[in-house]
Amino acid sequence: MKEKIRIASGQGFWGDLIDAPYHQVTKGEIDYLVMDYLAEVTMSILQKQKNRNPNLGYATDLIDLMKKILPITSKKGIKVITNGGGVNPVACADAIIEAAMGLDIKKLDVAVVLGDGIKDSLDDIIQKGCDLKNMETGEPIITVKDKLLSANVYFGAAPIVEALKKGADIVITGRTTDTGLTLAPMIYEFGWDMKDYDLMAAGTVAGHILECGAQSTGGNFLGDWESIENFAEIGFPIAEAYPNGEVIITKHENTGGKVSFDTIAEQLVYEIGDPKDYITPDCIADFTSIKLEEVGKDRVKVFNVKGKPETEFYKVSCSFHDGYSATGTLTYSWPQALTKAKKADRILRKRLEKLELQFDEIRSEFVGYNATHENLAPELDEDKINEIVLRFSVRAKDRNTVNRFGQEIAPLILTGPPSVTGFAGGRPKPKDVVAYWPALIPKKLVEPKVKILELK
Amino acid sequence: MSKIQLRKIAHGRSGDKGDAANIGIIAFDDNGYKIIEKHLTAEKVKKHFEGICHGKVERYELRNIRALNFILHKTLGGGGTVSLKHDAQGKTLAAALLRMELELAD
Repeated sequence: MKEKIRIASGQGFWGDLIDAPYHQVTKGEIDYLVMDYLAEVTMSILQKQKNRNPNLGYATDLIDLMKKILPITSKKGIKVITNGGGVNPVACADAIIEAAMGLDIKKLDVAVVLGDGIKDSLDDIIQKGCDLKNMETGEPIITVKDKLLSANVYFGAAPIVEALKKGADIVITGRTTDTGLTLAPMIYEFGWDMKDYDLMAAGTVAGHILECGAQSTGGNFLGDWESIENFAEIGFPIAEAYPNGEVIITKHENTGGKVSFDTIAEQLVYEIGDPKDYITPDCIADFTSIKLEEVGKDRVKVFNVKGKPETEFYKVSCSFHDGYSATGTLTYSWPQALTKAKKADRILRKRLEKLELQFDEIRSEFVGYNATHENLAPELDEDKINEIVLRFSVRAKDRNTVNRFGQEIAPLILTGPPSVTGFAGGRPKPKDVVAYWPALIPKKLVEPKVKILELK
Repeated sequence: MSKIQLRKIAHGRSGDKGDAANIGIIAFDDNGYKIIEKHLTAEKVKKHFEGICHGKVERYELRNIRALNFILHKTLGGGGTVSLKHDAQGKTLAAALLRMELELAD
């Protein structure tokens, strides 16, 4: 058994710094590279791409990235684990294997984790007595079944561990918990018993710290943010894991950013609910048990993590089509920038009212004044403000209604208050609104499958 | 009575959980934690976000990292891509909470 392993986060979301994974595999020693590509909205986008082309539906950026890093990971023996397979892990793995054939690589076993997509087996699941109730509203999924875009189960670490045991160099999954990507190599390397819930929780907490990339190494840090050095070359986090469950969070030397009690604490509270019950498919981690200790420059020890047994359910994330929306903006300058923008807002609302269109919601915000903190924004001295952006948005079930709104923005330039600009790029176009449907499914109704694809 | 603005004694981070927002507030030191533990109640947070948070506010304690976690239900205009808000994910709400003036009994 190794006495420690270093797991590096290479991506906090699809669209994160393109070269971060390359820096993780080149600027220092690591054993694993883990990358999270799947935000909830990503699944519905990927599903649409796959509907149009059965060879798509995965994070396509991953292929160019793998071309670049495979010669390095293959030489150094770094394993790569990612959920970038989206709704089509096999096509993703095939594309990676094809990319590898053009490189000087002798052996490459790529594992895929399948079985998370349940959209096509919904009838069967409902028949078995699981109505996939919305966790927030309690409604059964049947009410939105016709509008469903995607439905995926969040698997945990187990199938990734199985893939590693089968000798995978690269593991491509679909919908997997972000934390499972980091926990799995610890279970595999240290031979952890998956019933040892303190260890499961320790790896899960490390995963939570890694899952948003540089958000734990000084990015988006609201503490003493100006003390963060060299944002331009910010280092992504690395979890140095030990067999006893202790983890040191660090980053490569000679990179920007910072790892401190404060930067880690901010990531720990990010998007959590009840901290005593951080639920994953692998365990329930107790975030109130976590101890943090700064043990060196950019090194924070995370220890004493307690866990409880996992629940009998997987979380399911479904998305469905729920109408259309559009946003238009206009910029008003000094003098009286806010007064002008507010006047334009009233004119636009009156015109829309006269058109007798049915909107589900109309919202106006004044960027430069209240777009972020709304009514908490202090009164502003208009004379000292140079410009205000009116941001006007609508949402409706009917596409034509939203489209009609888009025709009403530009006319305000010649038919409303003065010193207005910033209308470029044409009329705001209706965008699909994708709504989410969080639900639970008994674990016994779905089974992850692991397949190994070899270099041809 | 003395007043102190929350940003002088704490930092934090916020994000989305569907239509609910979470705001984690972390005190810079133990003394700061004592203050937020006593004075930064769910009721005060709910009142602070009047007109923004349309549901209940839940408060959880993480004494181990000197933090409080607040869940603000019905806050993000429907959440996800349904929301028309510029800050649909509640990313700036932690900063909005740090505006709060806490009144401390002398």
